[in-house]
Amino acid sequence: MARIIVVTSGKGGVGKTTTSAAIAMGLAKKGHKTAVIDFDVGLRNLDLIMGCERRVVYDFVNVINGEATLNQALIRDKNCNLLYILPASQTRDKDALSQEGVGKILDELKKDFKYIVCDSPAGIEKGAHLAMYFADDAFIVTNPEVSSVRDSDRMLGILSSKSRRAEQNEEPIREYLLLSRYAPDRVKLGEMLSVDDVQEILSLHLLGVIPESKSVLNASNSGMPVILDEKSDAGQAYADIVARYLGEERPHRFIDEKKGLFGMFFGGK
Amino acid sequence: MSLLDYFRISKASSASLAKERLQILVAHERSSRNQPSYLPQLQKELLEVIRKYINVDQDAISVNFEQNDTQETLELNIVLPDHQPKTF
Repeated sequence: MARIIVVTSGKGGVGKTTTSAAIAMGLAKKGHKTAVIDFDVGLRNLDLIMGCERRVVYDFVNVINGEATLNQALIRDKNCNLLYILPASQTRDKDALSQEGVGKILDELKKDFKYIVCDSPAGIEKGAHLAMYFADDAFIVTNPEVSSVRDSDRMLGILSSKSRRAEQNEEPIREYLLLSRYAPDRVKLGEMLSVDDVQEILSLHLLGVIPESKSVLNASNSGMPVILDEKSDAGQAYADIVARYLGEERPHRFIDEKKGLFGMFFGGK
Repeated sequence: MSLLDYFRISKASSASLAKERLQILVAHERSSRNQPSYLPQLQKELLEVIRKYINVDQDAISVNFEQNDTQETLELNIVLPDHQPKTF
């Protein structure tokens, strides 16, 4: 049975597209046929992060309007043949997406794909609403920062009242916390909310912590999802997240400060 | 206490301040989120009825909705003005 995952946050710039690209690639690398959809109509960016911007011919809105078939619009990833990207349209018409149209496309994708990752735009407007409406699972990407935590909580409220599952009284969407741009050294100094703080406020199941990492910008510069950078801390954090989501037990990492040379020689544990 | 310690303590408080502010805010926003949608209208109409008999201010009436696992409580609180002459 296919599952629809929405990657959402409310606030912009917290790492939704980075996360969507990474987990979609991670799921596909684990052998699951996966589609990742950019819901940010008008501000398409997933294609850049996935490195397929020059191969976009048709988009999400073309498919909804019947101007292209789903197969024509889906772009097969260059690194993994189980991963497909459905790019957003660059149209400025914000009503280009309709609930009916999105529902139809998702139904069609469900026949062929194991996981469908919906990359939500920021905000709580139509695109964000439609990205989460049909979801089975929600990945809430949050930064350890006041406005991001507040917006995440608002998104939780919307997920539990405005989604299809909520409206039809089905089992609620499974919600997971992905805490990104985490800086353990700043947490230790009391300058940043800790994982425990954020979990206590949002009471969410923690799927993983992604450390603030140079590798994320390097990855987007080159159009390779960061999870493919297996040596990087952020890449490993996303690999853990995918494994945990698929039911593997993995201890949480990147929560504590990296020990410097001094710490390695003289540090306690 | 050295100067360094002083800075350390003031830094340590910024994350805990953030947590405290968020806890209050999130609790408040969650409670208003769970309120039934008829609540503002109910409050308005109740105020109109009460004003037929007593001259109270808009903010003298509060309607609170609380919900726990077993029951829902609707609490109505009206603060009467001082020295209100009886009109009924």
